[in-house]
Amino acid sequence: MLRYLTPLFVIGILVVVFSIGLLRDPSELPSTFIDRAAPTFDLPRLKNPEARVGSSDYAGEAVLVNVWATWCVGCREEHPFLMDLAESGDIPIYGINWRDRRPDALRWLDRYGDPYVASGFDEDGRVAVDWGVYGAPETFLISGDGIVLHKHLGPLSEAIWLEDFVPLLGDSS
Amino acid sequence: MIRKLLLATLPGLLLVAVPAAAIDSGKAFEDPELQARYENIIAQVRCLKCQNQSIKDSNVFLASDLRREIRRLLSEGKSDQEVFDFLVERYGEFALYSPRKSGKTLVLWLTPFILLVAGVFVGYSVIRKRMSMSFDDEALTE
Repeated sequence: MLRYLTPLFVIGILVVVFSIGLLRDPSELPSTFIDRAAPTFDLPRLKNPEARVGSSDYAGEAVLVNVWATWCVGCREEHPFLMDLAESGDIPIYGINWRDRRPDALRWLDRYGDPYVASGFDEDGRVAVDWGVYGAPETFLISGDGIVLHKHLGPLSEAIWLEDFVPLLGDSS
Repeated sequence: MIRKLLLATLPGLLLVAVPAAAIDSGKAFEDPELQARYENIIAQVRCLKCQNQSIKDSNVFLASDLRREIRRLLSEGKSDQEVFDFLVERYGEFALYSPRKSGKTLVLWLTPFILLVAGVFVGYSVIRKRMSMSFDDEALTE
């Protein structure tokens, strides 16, 4: 009896292990920054290159930092929701415009609206590397004391916002 | 005839075309030792946008940005370990093809050896059983 049960048992374990592995999306990596101090940034503003925007602008309040680009399809998809969110006034949104061309990015904001308090212009992608960004859009939720509470990969939506972000906001504010 | 000839040379042409697309053809460092360290490092870092390539083999801009940061760190005199730490801090262990031997990745490193020992044990007991069985057979037939 044991002779037949043992292989069956081993196969059962393997099936469970491999199905967990297969069902997970390998392109979704957990951020190493969760519950750690958020990286900082200091960039020229997209709209006004003379002025700077950076993490020192939002010290003390919970904010979203959204990495976006005009070449990013998901960014177009989440943009209407970002506009709604900005309009609701629930949370300030800062943008990091990643590896883009300034005229393209300005035209984008002109055409679809600008949900950001300000966007930094990360032309050479150095800030993105500091933030461990590997795809856009990526959205970080940062608490008032500068801790990364959550990072979302891919387009935001109202459903994701309500499920993954809002509960965390309750704790910090 | 000409068509056949063309078709026959096509695979050869493809082989020629691949090296032409090599990434970072120029030398990053004058110092050959530094260059060797640089090449060694970038071959071990996963391109997170194209997960089955190292950043040495990828021309995605994220890979070239990471190579640039690694060049910067090396030229600032950072050690290989410090460069790896920089990457892991930002992108996690997954960024390295050879995850470091820490508590979190210990399972990863130990599993093959555990399986090897288990395999040897199972194989040994099976062979022993078979051997004793065959002796019994011999005794029966003779």
